[in-house]
Amino acid sequence: MTAPTYDVAIVGGGIVGAACAYECVQRALRVAVIEQDVIGGGATAAGMGHIVTMDDSDAQFALTRYSQTLWQQLRPELPANVEYEQCGTIWVAADEDEMNEVLRKHDYYTRNGVPAEVLSSADLEGLEPNLRKGLAGGLLVLEDGVLYPPCAARYLIECALAKGATLYSASTVSQIGRGRVYFSNGSSLSAAVIVNAAGAWAPALTPGIEVKKRKGHLVITDRYPRFVRHPLVELGYLKSSHSLTADSVAFNVQPRRTGQILIGSSRQFGAERKEVDREIMRRMLQRAQSYLPGLSETSAIRVWTGFRAATPDKLPLIGPWPADSTVYLATGHEGLGITTSLATAKLIADQITGNRSAIPAEPYLPSRIRTPEHANA
Amino acid sequence: MPEQVTLTVNGKPVVVPSGATVAAAMATAGAYCRDSVSGERRTILCAMGICFECRVEIEGKPHQRACQILCSPGMRVNTQPRIETGAESSR
Repeated sequence: MTAPTYDVAIVGGGIVGAACAYECVQRALRVAVIEQDVIGGGATAAGMGHIVTMDDSDAQFALTRYSQTLWQQLRPELPANVEYEQCGTIWVAADEDEMNEVLRKHDYYTRNGVPAEVLSSADLEGLEPNLRKGLAGGLLVLEDGVLYPPCAARYLIECALAKGATLYSASTVSQIGRGRVYFSNGSSLSAAVIVNAAGAWAPALTPGIEVKKRKGHLVITDRYPRFVRHPLVELGYLKSSHSLTADSVAFNVQPRRTGQILIGSSRQFGAERKEVDREIMRRMLQRAQSYLPGLSETSAIRVWTGFRAATPDKLPLIGPWPADSTVYLATGHEGLGITTSLATAKLIADQITGNRSAIPAEPYLPSRIRTPEHANA
Repeated sequence: MPEQVTLTVNGKPVVVPSGATVAAAMATAGAYCRDSVSGERRTILCAMGICFECRVEIEGKPHQRACQILCSPGMRVNTQPRIETGAESSR
């Protein structure tokens, strides 16, 4: 048998695949990236680009925080069109219950070295005068940021190509396994490792993995500079994003560098069509207006949808797939793929090259979820 | 004689026939609609609410399409100044 053409073939040119390519070429691996459409054109282009530390679980915290520090390290070399701004996040507390959550979150973050400040009702009003009056307060997490994800993905891919990676664009993959990637036009290539970074479409290439499409909507307005100054997320967001069944909406609004306001968010399982769902969009905008009454005076110019890759335990799948030693997974990032892409790439590259990772990899290993399809593999 | 409406464009009174659009008032006043982000003067183009080139400020509210709004007595319309955002691109 001849040696494989590539050390690593990455299927999917979203932010996760792009980051994996960027990292693997740094380790002197021969890399191919395969993208069926345009780089960063799927969930990457649809997302908000929030670089956010999350603490739903210790494992989620470790991955998001590690990845955020990687983004901060990368920041000086990012081109201007990536629009990376470290503007912080304000978690908005509507009532005393949510204020208790602010205190818990503040305690967790400060114990773990994440700078954060508790905001009183008056502090919140001073920082974000367009929020409705009478909110209980909030938590300002200082090192969070925003960026423009498709340009970030393109930059990472361009760096990889400059270091010798090969891009197969407009190439649809029909099957992967046993060291080969098969294209729908009948051709194929060989690679020692194949990374499935196909986001919500990953199960089509690796049947049996527990990834489901979770649809989201976003609306963007015309330019209203400083209408909001920080990404604003309701603390109730945690309740709605945790629900694994019902359709949900939450207040999650972000200022863009253009002066535009990006308005989210919605979550739907079982909605496979990309068309805008007017009812859920209406609920989402009503939720946003309940926090920012002045939004009703603004002009929305565009709405779009995207599909998050959701897993049952809300952690991504990063690492070898037990049923095929040549296949690695880098998917299941749900709403955090932009944030966690760089850490995902470090873990994948560490595993491929047999190096120790900066954080424990076990919580994200695909082997943690055993499904009937591969229980005996 | 049609009924007439008096409004102000950039602080100066303008008289237009009742039923005229703000875009017509801007043209009557010899005013353009807005300065774009790249600093260009923009004014009415499609006249049917699609292109958003004719956005003006009405009663201090930005991004109002002049071609889609009728003049009313005493209405205050201004050329929309360039929006300072720190960025040229938009999505």
